Amino acid sequence: MSDAPLLELRGLSTHYVSARGTRVVRAVDDVSLSLAAGSTLGIVGESGSGKSTLALTILRLLPPAARITGGEIRFEGEDLLAKSDGEMRRIRGKRIAMILQDPMASLNPLFTIGDQVSEPLRVHEGVGRRRAWSRARDLMKAVRIPAPETRVGEYPHQMSGGMRQRIVGAIAISCAPRLLIADEPTTSLDLTIQAQYLNLLKELQRQHQLALIFITHNLGIVAKMCDQVAVMYAGRLVEWGPVTRIFDAPAHPYTRALLESIPRMGDGRARLTAIEGQPPDLAAPPPGCAFHPRCPKAIAQCREQAPPETSLGPRHTVRCWLPGPAPVG
Amino acid sequence: MSTDSPLLEARDLTKHFPVRRGLLARTLGLVRAVDGVTFSIGQGRTLGLVGESGCGKTTTAKLVLRLEEPTGGSLRFDGRDLASLDNGGVAKYRRSVQAVFQDPFASLNPRMRIDAIIAEPLTTHERLDRDEVARRVARLIDLVGLPERAAKLFPHEFSGGQRQRIAIARALSLSPRLVVLDEPVSALDVSIRAQILNLLRDLQAQLGLSYLFITHDLAAVAHMSHTIAVMYLGQIVEMGDAATIASRPKHPYTQALFAAALPSHPSEQREELVLTGEVPSPLNPPIACRFHPRCPHAMPSCAIHTPVLREVNGRLVSCHLY
Repeated sequence: MSDAPLLELRGLSTHYVSARGTRVVRAVDDVSLSLAAGSTLGIVGESGSGKSTLALTILRLLPPAARITGGEIRFEGEDLLAKSDGEMRRIRGKRIAMILQDPMASLNPLFTIGDQVSEPLRVHEGVGRRRAWSRARDLMKAVRIPAPETRVGEYPHQMSGGMRQRIVGAIAISCAPRLLIADEPTTSLDLTIQAQYLNLLKELQRQHQLALIFITHNLGIVAKMCDQVAVMYAGRLVEWGPVTRIFDAPAHPYTRALLESIPRMGDGRARLTAIEGQPPDLAAPPPGCAFHPRCPKAIAQCREQAPPETSLGPRHTVRCWLPGPAPVG
Repeated sequence: MSTDSPLLEARDLTKHFPVRRGLLARTLGLVRAVDGVTFSIGQGRTLGLVGESGCGKTTTAKLVLRLEEPTGGSLRFDGRDLASLDNGGVAKYRRSVQAVFQDPFASLNPRMRIDAIIAEPLTTHERLDRDEVARRVARLIDLVGLPERAAKLFPHEFSGGQRQRIAIARALSLSPRLVVLDEPVSALDVSIRAQILNLLRDLQAQLGLSYLFITHDLAAVAHMSHTIAVMYLGQIVEMGDAATIASRPKHPYTQALFAAALPSHPSEQREELVLTGEVPSPLNPPIACRFHPRCPHAMPSCAIHTPVLREVNGRLVSCHLY
């Protein structure tokens, strides 16, 4: 029983369909992965790789043009795709919470911080206003807002960017969720503030046995925070596995190229290994493996047939005709 | 590194913005955006300027580009003080110093074709016939690695990385000697960043360009720069050889900044030196050492005496610890 993963995706696909149904964008295409309670998964990819759509699919918060066309989402053993809208509303914010990139867009400028931090408690747990506000103060203390007693009555514009993002974090953990999805949570923050925030998330995770999903384009965040990493390219999961293994011996050429293209402190390389070409247009992806036009190892088969998912060990999969665990160097 | 005298020299460069309010626009205070900054950039060299938002790095760039007039201090280019230049001299300076900005979606006019975008500085600054302009544009397009047919296309037909190549071609059209790079890869996809960083290094080697490279990406700055200057609240707190600063930072703020940089491998263990609090307002910066309220090593004297930049272990540091 306890071996069952907290979250499991099986063959999940989400497509955007144009109004007349003539154009289909496969934003998420046949994605399978799982996440254990209390562990951290990083989903990396470039803009348009489908990583944000994947998060919105799990929460069932997709825009009207998107359709979940296949697959399964199991969360704590329940099938999320079988839930009604009302049932999903009771899950979101209570059992699964989300943090978005821009804290100002997640906070309502017309309500006090106290109102917004206490709202999930009042909605999901029916806590009365007075008690909810006192819980809000505790939550603000937990995310290290100085002087929560006075800050609780302030408005979002009175706070700095880092503080606002911590308030969003306080709202997210208010109902003790099991899973927290963070979509580029620190992109708008300065370096030292980002470090503070990531450490805070780690601590909250430890205290509350929280599973985290980080959606990011920053492999540094993955290296610092995650146990597992899922690499997406053109809507597909090209590699998924334990973070150390993937950093040491990436099996997919795209994963390897990404790791090699990043400047590293003090490695003294004169040139970075660049990935030639551009990410594909998802409305007209290349045939076969979507990465083949940029892949240094591509063979004829890559141009014709999309590679299937192959297992390289426990919880490590890759989609490539020529997977090669080769050391980075 | 051919000559001894640097290409650009800033001495005690200062920019204060008055804060005015009310009917009579009384001056209520001064934002000390750049407060007495001294640095130099040699021929063919790169100075990396790092710091968090509000530290004054972009204002410094604007001063160098003469988009802002300094409140105090001096800028010397090629040995001449910019304040002493006549109109012709200023025009010549402006041609010698060009910029590439962060967002190539905002910096290119969507209604102009690529050849017109790249040719615009040429036609405003130089009297050339059409064929010569076309020849130069073709050469620039080739130089930045774009296909020849790019000339007749519009910006929306290009991806972010290619647009940044166009912006670089435009910046190079007047054969500048110094290029200000303000976060040139931050808006680009990860897989594209290395392409642009490599291109910038190749161009530097090929054309002998000097760069003022502004970014918050510490690994990129360490990779690209010869010298790094770290700014905090309008002042340089540490400056020196890029490898020295990146591997053995001395100033507590530089140490915190580099400790906050994300690891490149999961097994990389860093000494955690997480700063508390946030950057104070430059409207009312702390007295004496501006970093002392957040500094883990602050001593009583830090709140009384202002530290000055002094040489310590082969770099300049302004801190009472040394």
